[in-house]
Parts: sequence; structure tokens; C-alpha cells
Amino acid sequence: DIEGVGRKYHLELVLEDVLDRDSTVNCTAEVLYHLGNRTIAPDVQFTLEGELKNTDEADNIFYSRIKSLEKELVAEDIPDSQGNVPPEMEPIHLLAWVASGYVIWQNSTENTKFQLAQIKHVKQVKRSDEYLEFDYLVLLHEMVSQEIIPWQMRVLWHPQHGVQVTRDSRQPKLLLE
Amino acid sequence: LQLDFWLAPRGLGHPVDIRVPFPSLQPLKAHLEANGVSYSIMIEDVQALVDDEQLEMLRSRRGMPLSTDTFNYASYHSLDEIYAFMDLLVAENPNLVSKIEIGRSTENRPLYVLKFSKGGTNRPAVWIDTGIHSREWVTQASGVWFAKKIVLDHEKDEGLASILDKMDIFLEIVTNPDGFAFTQTKNRMWRKTRSKNSGSICVGVDPNRNWDAGFGGSGASGNPCSETYRGPYANSEPEVKSIVDFVKNHGNIKAFVSIHSYSQLLLYPFGYTSTPAPDEKELHELSEKAVAALSSLYGTKYKYGSIITTIYKASGGTIDWTYEQGIKYSFTFELRDTGRYGFLLPAKQIIPTAEETWLALKVIMLHALDNLY
Repeated sequence: DIEGVGRKYHLELVLEDVLDRDSTVNCTAEVLYHLGNRTIAPDVQFTLEGELKNTDEADNIFYSRIKSLEKELVAEDIPDSQGNVPPEMEPIHLLAWVASGYVIWQNSTENTKFQLAQIKHVKQVKRSDEYLEFDYLVLLHEMVSQEIIPWQMRVLWHPQHGVQVTRDSRQPKLLLE
Repeated sequence: LQLDFWLAPRGLGHPVDIRVPFPSLQPLKAHLEANGVSYSIMIEDVQALVDDEQLEMLRSRRGMPLSTDTFNYASYHSLDEIYAFMDLLVAENPNLVSKIEIGRSTENRPLYVLKFSKGGTNRPAVWIDTGIHSREWVTQASGVWFAKKIVLDHEKDEGLASILDKMDIFLEIVTNPDGFAFTQTKNRMWRKTRSKNSGSICVGVDPNRNWDAGFGGSGASGNPCSETYRGPYANSEPEVKSIVDFVKNHGNIKAFVSIHSYSQLLLYPFGYTSTPAPDEKELHELSEKAVAALSSLYGTKYKYGSIITTIYKASGGTIDWTYEQGIKYSFTFELRDTGRYGFLLPAKQIIPTAEETWLALKVIMLHALDNLY
């Protein structure tokens, strides 16, 4: 506890590559949840003890594939009800995961635990520059309340420039039924 | 006579096969007997065989299995398919398995429990339920697998055989059928029951907050629109009330396991209070053993502890009630995974999940058997 500021947690964690379970990196982090003001995202500082895998090749393959599509990509329900993700949609799924990580960070408190539950809908947004842009409607599962929260996010991505969430907004639950 | 020769006359000394329409039966018999021609009946009723074949063809076109040996355990099934599976299992093993209807859901769907018993009267029993939260699909799928596993192993697996020598097993596979049907037709993420809430447009009660243990306290919501709505009063949900009535009437249940997903946890009471359960030490040690058995198969990591210290405060929960009824070995599982797929667990993980969970269940059941009270 930090008087008048908030509560700070010191964490030691192991990062595991989702696509390669044997590839791990140790990490230490400090997370500060601010006192009172619930609308400020927690401060996060971290140190990686090692290097993250280089994904240039896979990134470029995905980038070229999307760039060469004749029509803008549109997809729904990733994964589907049975947990299936078509192989060509896996990068779209991973991108949503990264982007929702940002949204989750911005909306977390000491009493929330969010997971990305599903991509309800994704639509590629046409751009004239080199970036790829996607408009996602995702479902976030909040563990404590057990609520499924629809969330809209605009995601920008480029192999060399990384991921950016340019806008995001919580959607009303009635959207689902 | 409209005789239909299936094996036509070839010459003297060779048999002839004839399909005979019913009206022609007597005249033909009379004719053959009058001429000293011997005959035998190969098929009494051809129509019956044709009917069976039609049924078979209909079923295989619809993908319905003809036996629990051809049932696909590695895929998710509809409510009808699971109910059909139950009937098949009972029909194939009438001396071991029976089906009991313990009540009806809000939308009047039957609530079925399978009973596995080698005899006796009101033997001490183990209860297992899956699918109380309808979106947790790997649980109903695992329940189906457990049912078949019990049938397959009840004689050749020493541990299971010894359990069934003294105890009965009750298994409710689809504990919330209304919710389950809804996840298949309208909303894959539906958790609660489908009861109407007066004065609200929101539907459903959280069946794991509706039990009479700490009911009304914090750890559940009073808002019908919430996923953790406790309901207007304890046991308001028929899905919950039927189990309550069953447990009370049976009076001899020694272990009670309620299965959920996801998070990979093994939990024991309490959820509604931070006061430790009187048997906490034993339950904690048993959990450790059960989790070790589970991990031994595929390395799946589980955490364990009381509900309130391991996940969150939750009031009106199933195993808090069963524990306070005197069922010492009351546990809740949260199966795979830890969030990568969450509720949408790929079907190819059903069997590995069920296999590893079964090892943990056996540890619990064997402990109950060795420590009957």
C-alpha cells in the first residue's frame, strides 16, 4: 500500500509463447492500481529477462496475404461454438488478442479479471496507406461478475510498426440476444 | 399368387427361395404339402426387417449412433443426441445403468440422472453433475464420457470395481437443459437458467447462486439482469430444487462433485464465508492428491483450495449447501482451459479433459469409499 497513491504489486512471472509452449521468458513487473479513481488504468512497468521470439517471417506472410485480398476481409465467430479457428483466421484471432490486451489493461481494477472470449465480428477497413486496419466486435469475459461484455475496437497493424488500438468502446449487452 | 422368387428354380435337387405375400401363405402351404414338397421358413416377417433397415438408414443419415460404441465422444452434441445416448447406454447395460427423472426444468424439459449400481438398497453414493452452467460445454461432454467410462471399466478397473461394490454413482449430465438448448440456438454464452423474472425483461437465474447456503449474502447479485443473479428465493429454480429434493430423499450421499469450466481449479467449501470448513485439512489434502492424479496424465496444471480463497466470494453455491447437509466430500471442479479458448474449448480437447478429470474423480471416490461415515 502506498499512502495516498494506491496499491502496488510486485510480480515475478513467466511468459509462455502461446504458439510454442516450450518457449518461455522470465519477467518481473510492477503494477500500481490508483487509489479512488477507477477510470485510470493501472501503471505497469516491466522487465523482460531474455528476448521474445522474432516473428518477422510470419508477420510478413500474413501482411502480404491481406494486402493482396480483392475484397476486404470479413469474418464472424472466431472461435466458433465448438472452439474451431480456421487456420487462415488464426492471425486475425491473435491480433484481436493483443488488441484486447490493451483494452483490458485500460479497464482493469483490482477486482476484475478479463479474458477475450470470442471475436463476434471482424471487418477489414480499407486504407490507402501501408497499414492494415480492422474493426472488431469482441466479447470479453469478466470472471468476477461472470459477465460477457461486447466491446468494439479499431485496430491498426503493420509488421514494422506493431499494434495500435485507435478507438474502443464498451457496447450494450442487449446486442447479444 | 404374386410369388417373388429370390432364388429362382434351377433344376431338380436345387432349393428355391420365395417371398410370399401374406394372403398367399395358406394356399401355397396347402399346395406344397399336397405335393409332398418340403419347406422351411427363413424369414418370418420380411416387413419387420425392412422397417428396421429404414430406421437404421434414417439414423445414420442424421448421424445418430446406433450404439454407445459408435458415439463420437470427441465432438459436442445436441441435447437430443445426449438424451438418446443415455437411453442407448441404459439399453446396452440394463444391469448396471438406469435413468431417473428427478424433475422438470422451467421450460418443462426432463431432468435426467443416470444411476450406476451393482445392487443393494440405498447404498452410500457419489453424485456428479455437469452442465449446471450451460455455456461450459466441455463439462456436459465430459459427463457423457464419464458415463461410458464407468460402463467400460466397472469390472476391469480395480478401483472403480471396488467403489461400485459398495457404492452407487449418480450422474446428471445436463443439469441445465433449458440453458443448454439456448446455447445451441440463440446465445452460445448463456450461463443461467431460462426462468422469467417478474418485473424485469431479463431472463434467468444463476443456478450456482440459488442454493440455500448463505443465500442473500454478498457474493451473488439481486439484479435479474446479472449473470450471478441469485433468484427471488433459495431453490426457486426447478433445476436446483430437484437436486435438493433428490439429495434429501436419498439421505445417503457421501461425496458430491459439481463440475464447471473454465480455470483449472479444484475447490471445496466455503464460498459464502471465510470461516474455514471444519474438514478443511482433510479436504485440502484430498484435493492435493486428486490434482496430482489429474496432472499425471497430460501435465495440466490445477490450483486448489476453498472457493473464497481461490476464486472469489460466492453465496448460495451448490457445494456450500451440500457440505452443510453433511456431505463431507463436496467439491467443485473448474475444467480446462485457463482462458485461451475459455468456454469455446476445441472439441479435440474433450477426451483429454475428461480422461484427466476422471483420474481426479476416482481419487475422491476411493477416499470416500475408504472413509465412509
